[in-house]
Amino acid sequence: MDVYLPIANLSVNGLVIVGLGALTGVLSGLFGVGGGFLTTPLLIFYGVPPTVAAASAATQITGASVSGVLAHGRRGGVDYRMGTVMVAGGVLGAGIGALLFRFFQSIGQIDTVINVLYVFLLGSVGSLMAREAWQAVRPREGGAAKPAMKRRHHRLIAALPLRWRFYGSGLYISPIAPLLLGVAVGTLTMLMGVGGGFILVPAMLYILGMSANVVVGTSLYNILFVTMATTMMHALTTHAVDIVLVALLLFGSVTGAQLGTQVAQKFKPEYLRLALAAIVLLVTARMFFGLFVRPEEIYTVVPL
Amino acid sequence: MKRLFLLVALLMLSAQRDPILVPEVSQDDVQVQQGFTGTELLLFGVILDPTGARAGQDYDIVVVLKGPTEPITVREKARVGGIWVNADSTAFQSAPSFFAVASSRPIEEIVDERTAAIYELGLNYLQLSPTGAIDPEEQARFTAGLVDLRSREGLYKEDPRGVQISEQVLYQVRISLPSNVQTGTYTAETFAITRGRVIASAIAEVEVRKVGFERFVEVFSERQSLFYGFLAVFLSVGMGWVAGRLFALI
Repeated sequence: MDVYLPIANLSVNGLVIVGLGALTGVLSGLFGVGGGFLTTPLLIFYGVPPTVAAASAATQITGASVSGVLAHGRRGGVDYRMGTVMVAGGVLGAGIGALLFRFFQSIGQIDTVINVLYVFLLGSVGSLMAREAWQAVRPREGGAAKPAMKRRHHRLIAALPLRWRFYGSGLYISPIAPLLLGVAVGTLTMLMGVGGGFILVPAMLYILGMSANVVVGTSLYNILFVTMATTMMHALTTHAVDIVLVALLLFGSVTGAQLGTQVAQKFKPEYLRLALAAIVLLVTARMFFGLFVRPEEIYTVVPL
Repeated sequence: MKRLFLLVALLMLSAQRDPILVPEVSQDDVQVQQGFTGTELLLFGVILDPTGARAGQDYDIVVVLKGPTEPITVREKARVGGIWVNADSTAFQSAPSFFAVASSRPIEEIVDERTAAIYELGLNYLQLSPTGAIDPEEQARFTAGLVDLRSREGLYKEDPRGVQISEQVLYQVRISLPSNVQTGTYTAETFAITRGRVIASAIAEVEVRKVGFERFVEVFSERQSLFYGFLAVFLSVGMGWVAGRLFALI
């Protein structure tokens, strides 16, 4: 099924794009990550211009998160107060990201910056997650019941002034912490064309110490609004949002997200985290390797 | 056609012995819309003696189909501290977005290098108007990189035996446009060459443009970016919401 993408200026196989959307949708529903860290590189690999890929992936993540937020919201898995604070930071971060993007693009180093960021962030998050999840899984297999781990947030966070109650997360902490987290993730969203869930989920768990059952829902809630802001920013500045590409990706991902959410209920969160860690580390290894081998294309063309 | 007629008339008036070329393209309007996967253009025409008779002489025909030019930057990756990063770059003021050369025999058998360079006959003779590096060696490297990249994308090509000439009168060549071509005015220039000299040339134009929904989307995203952005957000939220409701029912 050939579909012509009017902004990307090329003809693609519609089914491949729908399939790609479905894959990211399942990831989104399962783990609460947007799946952008897979969509953007795969679209570029398929021949879509990088800017169009990043912009359209952000828009697609919006749609994939809606169904996820709805599904998690129905079972009380979203801390709206916490989410809104993060969104405020995220929109600010998206603005910072746009400035950084333009700067690195002008000196021709945006690809390297993105790749190094991917390797560094995915690598550290992936190994952290893998270690934690592995420790949680292992005793169970040994048959011994593991004592419930005591949840606590980072000491630095307790030192911040001004405290709010976040009932959904079971926290009484300063809103500055989630705000800063939002800024950091928003910057990455604009810079890397990812939702940022892979940073947000572990940060919420290990830095803020949020209750695990609201982590995925709140992460999706944040991603939903931050990707909306990113889409608007791309539409206004780069004009790179391809609505046909978005529709195809969405068609696959909204279905995938529902499947993912339902599957997620059936597995223990530790196993899910272990699986996510494995995927993240795999992508990292591929990208790390890619930095050192001679790239297929030595020359790249950008319009002046 | 009118312009063509004038050209013919002018050549007749000048009463020179050089032949007349009358080019034609199968499609002078390529419409890019849903389902467009590229197209094949048939460029054909006749070579006539000024008296209107058959030229009756052996000619070589070279056809150059060129897309709209654009200013670009070409970046070159190099190994810096173990990793591959963009190092050098150079700018070209007039890089054609599409460039295809087809000839009845390999170019080097038809004309000398100087003539080929003057008429841009071949990928080796592209006139890109470089602005960055002055070093000719470096420029050649970047040009080669650009040509190689675009050749693999199907945007630059050479077909040394693509033109067929029947009975010394009718010539024809097929050139395919891939789906990733840029829109704009394409020029098809035909050259009749004998004994290493270009003795006649003629130009035909092909308009490649988006129509219908595709054109609407492109114009909408450029001119009404704010509403386009809202529409994109609305579409994605809407699709996500509908899917969420549907699955909730199941």
